[in-house]
Amino acid sequence: MKLVAKEELRGLVELSGVKREVSLMLLPEAEVGEYVLVHAGYAIARVDQEEAEETLRLLRDVLAAEEA
Amino acid sequence: MNTFQDPELVKGLARRIARQAEKLSRRVTFMEVCGTHTNAIAAAGLRRLLPPQVRLISGPGCPVCVTPVAYVDRAVALARQPGTILATFGDLLRVPASVSSLEQARAEGCRVQVVYSPHDAVELAAVHPEARVVFAGVGFETTVPTVAAALLEAEKRGLANFFVLSGHKVMPPALEALLADPTLALDGLILPGHVSVIIGARAYRPLLARHPIPAVISGFTPVDVLRTVAELVQQVVEGRAELVNLYGRVVREEGNVTAWSLVERVFVPTDARWRGLGDIPGSGLGLAPAFAARDAAQFPVTLPPPKEPPGCRCGDVLRGLIDPPDCPLFATACTPDTAVGACMVSAEGACAAWYRHERMAGVA
Amino acid sequence: MSRRIVLAHGGGGRLTRELVRELFLPPLANPQLLELADAAVLPWPGGQLAFTTDAFVVDPPVFPGGDLGYLAVCGTVNDLAMVGARPLALSWALILEEGLEEELLATLVAGAQRACQESGVPIVAGDTKVVPRGKGDRCFVTTAGVGVVEGEELSDRRIRSGDAVLVSGPVGEHGATVLAARHGLAGDLRSDVAPLWPQVARLLASGVALRALHDPTRGGVATVCYEVAERTGLRVELWEEAIPVRPAVRAVMEVLGLDPLYVACEGRFLAFVAEEDAGRALAVLQALPGGSEAKRIGMVQERKEGQAPLVLRTTFGTLRPLDLLSGAELPRIC
Repeated sequence: MKLVAKEELRGLVELSGVKREVSLMLLPEAEVGEYVLVHAGYAIARVDQEEAEETLRLLRDVLAAEEA
Repeated sequence: MNTFQDPELVKGLARRIARQAEKLSRRVTFMEVCGTHTNAIAAAGLRRLLPPQVRLISGPGCPVCVTPVAYVDRAVALARQPGTILATFGDLLRVPASVSSLEQARAEGCRVQVVYSPHDAVELAAVHPEARVVFAGVGFETTVPTVAAALLEAEKRGLANFFVLSGHKVMPPALEALLADPTLALDGLILPGHVSVIIGARAYRPLLARHPIPAVISGFTPVDVLRTVAELVQQVVEGRAELVNLYGRVVREEGNVTAWSLVERVFVPTDARWRGLGDIPGSGLGLAPAFAARDAAQFPVTLPPPKEPPGCRCGDVLRGLIDPPDCPLFATACTPDTAVGACMVSAEGACAAWYRHERMAGVA
Repeated sequence: MSRRIVLAHGGGGRLTRELVRELFLPPLANPQLLELADAAVLPWPGGQLAFTTDAFVVDPPVFPGGDLGYLAVCGTVNDLAMVGARPLALSWALILEEGLEEELLATLVAGAQRACQESGVPIVAGDTKVVPRGKGDRCFVTTAGVGVVEGEELSDRRIRSGDAVLVSGPVGEHGATVLAARHGLAGDLRSDVAPLWPQVARLLASGVALRALHDPTRGGVATVCYEVAERTGLRVELWEEAIPVRPAVRAVMEVLGLDPLYVACEGRFLAFVAEEDAGRALAVLQALPGGSEAKRIGMVQERKEGQAPLVLRTTFGTLRPLDLLSGAELPRIC
């Protein structure tokens, strides 16, 4: 979910237009605009979007090569 | 589109696993130890994409399932005390205790409140200063930091009426017990994605050094799980035993240090009893002495003699010794609505996942 | 120790069914009741009457897209529409809790009036009771509705292997909206609650070979299809890729850990039609107001011994059995 607002240790995350409040006590360094993983009302990790995209891109290439 | 669900990638990975599996000389068994994995695998029907030589089983990954009945008895007893609000995650609600359940207690008029976050339980304490709010803390390392954070928030806000009944457990000692068990012949481990977010890949290194086995930290989407299975098969074929992190987009080597530091402030390791695995030293978490005043275990209650349901084989399911259908009660006396054991009640339980998504799958 | 009613008895899944089958049906049994259809069809000089009843306890009573009053009228009108009946009239009875603000009550009544106007069906009888504070929850509504089956009665008995399953629009919106409101999740969500008559009237008039209609309320699309499969002894296969779900609804489901297939709609219907008419039926549905997202979502098949009544073909091509909801915590959606 994307962190769209932050005030001290409370944040607002959003997914497809649905917003909810979360606590940033476990991820105080999270910045607005980043994607975070939420569990039980707390943000617990940042999601590395680049790594995610890279993983998928690589996977597609490798699978194509394996089956060529 | 959510590309970690891309059907083309999923099918491509399934084909890769099939090719790799041809090099296997025998059937291999990989165990996951996370309720979310149990569900993700069952709900996506992933078993049907795997070749017959690759078998996925569930271990003790469902925190509610491994919680001994004595804990639930105590939660029910606390809920019955006048002036108490028992706050709990929804999962614990229907677990059969020795005599009753939290759901039954609620139906009898006790104040049992389902919350989605420990923070909500703190809010309850703020809104009801006249009540004693007890949060039933069940969960592994993903959940524990949220409870620690909630407790510290209650401290900061001066809410003296917020208490925690800790049934929390940690995974590595249980994993070690499984790997040391000679009756289990595991060929690989699918490591829990979100527990790993908190404790980091490094948390597994010591136990894997003592018990080398292919181990992969895995996400929950179909692409994630199949990538994991492909890696595990590859390691078996090549005779390797390495820890690989395939959930790098959220799992770091060191985990979430902030979160774990809060845990270490609020909790201390204890010995704990696991349904199915017995007593495992250092596998539980209790409130640290500094927070003893908030420990709900301090309140005297009368407990019934602990009673496990006769015929229930949850313990063997949790150890990975049998699959749910091998339990004589499965789908007969024990169904999600007439659950005998925790593995069927809990949304993360192997029996519930099997009942919902795998039962009749052979003739689907 | 006496057993007690738990919230799950109202969830629309297995426990609800068991309650009905074990506690209500045996003493009350009669042929119409035993059909367990959306509305009872009764022989009447000159035709057939349809008769139905409903209760509404939705929380919160006002939600994006509607309110308890609007929902109560729509829900009852829709039950009649589902058996192919032209709704004639409704009655309603209100149980009010002492302390309910009149302004809220006025809102609910205005909602009911709006639904009556949109569906062309009047409330012709009513009753009101008040219970002391703490013995109710603001307002509970029960309704009854009567209608006339003018053409062929729609019934599961007419469903055949090979029939197509169509849905009139995206699913799960009502349940998602109510749950989001209850859990403080803001978002682009609106209940789909709407009267399905006169839409169904247009479908009936089109001459499409319609077997049965069902509105997927409590328990959602999956529950309705499971029950159809059970009643007919056939199998329903749903296609995951085809099922329309709005992104905001998907997001709420993900956050709350729920499956849109099990979450209530209050302004959609499933149509079971003859395979050869599926294309034409879909065109008719898509031409209805708000129907642009109608889709074909599955088919009816023969069921072999031991096979699951309801299966989902996943986007990866695997078949996954879908079971009834059990004990899920989804109280007071409608």
